[in-house]
Amino acid sequence: MSAFTAVKVLASGPFAGRSSSGDKAAASAWIGSSSCRILRPFHPHQPFSSVSSSSPSILRPIQAVSSSDVLSSKIEPNSPLSNLLITREEALDLYEDMVLGRSFEDMCAQMYYRGKMFGFVHLYNGQEAVSTGFIRLLKKEDSVVSTYRDHVHALSKGVPARAVMAELFGKATGCCRGQGGSMHMFSAEHNLLGGFAFIGEGIPVATGAAFTSRYRREVLKEANCDYVTLAFFGDGTCNNGQFFECLNMAALWKLPIIFVVENNLWAIGMSHLRATSDPEIWKKGPAFGMPGFHVDGMDVLKVREVAKEAIGRARRGEGPTLVECETYRFRGHSLADPDELRNPDEKARYAARDPIVALKKYVIEHNLATESDLKAIEKKIDEVIEEAVEFADASPPPPRSQLLENVFADPRGFGIGPDGKYRCEDPGFTQGTAEV
Amino acid sequence: MLGLMRRVSMSGSIPTSMLRQSLQRILPGLAILERGYSTLGKEMTVREALNSALDEEMSADPKVFLMGEEVGEYQGAYKITKGLLEKYGPERVLDTPITEAGFTGIGVGAAYYGLRPVVEFMTFNFSMQAIDHIINSAAKMNYMSAGNISVPIVFRGPNGAAAGVSSQHSQCYGAWYAHVPGLKVLSPYSSEDARGLLKAAIRDPDPVVFLENEILYGQSFPISDEVLDSSFCLPIGKAKIEREGKDVTITAFSKMVGYALQAAEVLSKEGISAEVINLRSLRPLDRAAINASVRKTTRLVTVEEGFPQHGIGAEICASVVEESFEYLDAPVERIAGADVPMPYAANLERLAVPQVDNIVNAVKRACFRSVPVAAAA
Repeated sequence: MSAFTAVKVLASGPFAGRSSSGDKAAASAWIGSSSCRILRPFHPHQPFSSVSSSSPSILRPIQAVSSSDVLSSKIEPNSPLSNLLITREEALDLYEDMVLGRSFEDMCAQMYYRGKMFGFVHLYNGQEAVSTGFIRLLKKEDSVVSTYRDHVHALSKGVPARAVMAELFGKATGCCRGQGGSMHMFSAEHNLLGGFAFIGEGIPVATGAAFTSRYRREVLKEANCDYVTLAFFGDGTCNNGQFFECLNMAALWKLPIIFVVENNLWAIGMSHLRATSDPEIWKKGPAFGMPGFHVDGMDVLKVREVAKEAIGRARRGEGPTLVECETYRFRGHSLADPDELRNPDEKARYAARDPIVALKKYVIEHNLATESDLKAIEKKIDEVIEEAVEFADASPPPPRSQLLENVFADPRGFGIGPDGKYRCEDPGFTQGTAEV
Repeated sequence: MLGLMRRVSMSGSIPTSMLRQSLQRILPGLAILERGYSTLGKEMTVREALNSALDEEMSADPKVFLMGEEVGEYQGAYKITKGLLEKYGPERVLDTPITEAGFTGIGVGAAYYGLRPVVEFMTFNFSMQAIDHIINSAAKMNYMSAGNISVPIVFRGPNGAAAGVSSQHSQCYGAWYAHVPGLKVLSPYSSEDARGLLKAAIRDPDPVVFLENEILYGQSFPISDEVLDSSFCLPIGKAKIEREGKDVTITAFSKMVGYALQAAEVLSKEGISAEVINLRSLRPLDRAAINASVRKTTRLVTVEEGFPQHGIGAEICASVVEESFEYLDAPVERIAGADVPMPYAANLERLAVPQVDNIVNAVKRACFRSVPVAAAA
């Protein structure tokens, strides 16, 4: 917690005068609370720089922006509801998505302890604001790449809860027919590109998806292809080489990607502060030539505003953004983690900032919905989850023939059998009764 | 020795392709002088074959793009991608920074999302820095996603020993990649192989590891008109019988096919007729062709350049023992590189890699002819 209250040195003067329209738009549309800051790439050779380039470490005034100042700049004088960040529909959508994520994960824990789910299960409780804040702004064609903590990213992106639950139970009706499991959620239809067990593995893959988007626009001439990619990963991943390799290439080729760091301060039992030389991850963006944002990840509205900005940048072709979300996982790293190293006071502090409770408070205070509306949503989600569990329970496990299916898109990859014909043409093979 | 070679070539008793190979071993830089030798019929170097295959596939499908170190402005570290930057532009021929893990992952992500990348590794030794993406993100993906997401990507580059580049630049990765389900692993020998297999690999919807050989790049092979056609493709998973024989089967891939052919020539003078199989595809391995050949000849010698333990020869031996045991008249002989990291000194390097003599001796052992003890080392 203390890492984020440290004084931040910002370059404010030189960049206000920059002529790039993207930056100007960003500066004026900048919103959020006092814990949101932007550090622009520092260019020592700017002709109109008012700061001496030979001593970049001089302390400059901190540009802290308070939420009331920013919100007031968004007010249009004649509209009664315009001092709010969201409409009623959006508020209910956000609430429903976060409650879905929370209830689903709670149900996962129950099912795991009852033996219906097995292996590694990593739950997302407490971090819902990040997933909801970002993914609800995406189009279906935009892609999301995640890590092993991917159930809620899948749900926010639109994968039906019953498909995710069935996948977790290892049934044939799961989104990957039971072949991926908790850590490997994929859906081509919803453009959820995983689900990766190795941390850092998803970042280059996400960068590649963003590359495809740009390639389609520029080489294949699909003019309206402005699809963006979100890469979600944690604080521990930010020390991995692949992260830096991709920050470099994404900025170099101006790819439409947003790197979303879910900094929950802990990598299993390794505290972020013990593992990282400079714990302020948002600063690493500007080192590679992209803006770095830091946002309060326990507040879905703040996350959403930053997300709008970053996604807009990417869609306009202005390149990548690094967003660090300060968040917290209420449960252990996985269901097998005894979670002994984290201080109970720290947990209590963050539990008091529960994103769902915060959104509920906001919605009711600003009369966007009533208590009963929200209760109705909670009830609806409960039913969805119950139905998902029943569906998963009732689904069959994968048939034996599924073992050898889908190793290759072209099954002739299994080669030629002893009879001189391709193995996949042998009916015993596809039924799973041939020798493997 | 050079003088002897020249005299022999003029008498016409050694094929010029073998002459070229022998000269290449002595003077690796001789590749440039290649074109001066025999040009009867149409010939093409492996380099030209690969270049033309890439060119044709890129022009046929705009989703195919190249990425790798030095593939663009440098015209390719080994000039395989020469001219492609000028023809297709920097958006389709990408010079990457030195970030194997990063750019291989980017290639895999692009393949997930609909493009057809061809990722070049300057040598396959560098692929070890990216092997997580080749195996975990590419090979296993179609299976993990139950067919949702396929990965039509090709990883290509030179594999195996070059000349005097020492241990970190000389390993053969055939056995490593052929071990993994979900990958297809190809290793061409001649120009026809190179063209046909690379085109097949690019058109294939699955991840393909394409193991080339630096020494073979400059070598010229005769080719037919059919090979020059732009739709020419070789099937993946089928081996080729380079030379028919009846006494012993020799299997090999990549550069070792050339050595096996030379050995077969030497052996034919001693009355042993060797059948040489060019594997072409390490995964899937054409077990049917190998077993059919062994059942005909009853003896087997496997040749590979890589380390012996758990290598390609081990798998072939196991396959033959499982399926054609009663047909074997002699134990299977495995010729592989020495079980040491590749040394630098030229004489030690020669000892660490199989030579034609080693193959000849192994065949003789399999045929129960007497062989001097020292050669068995």
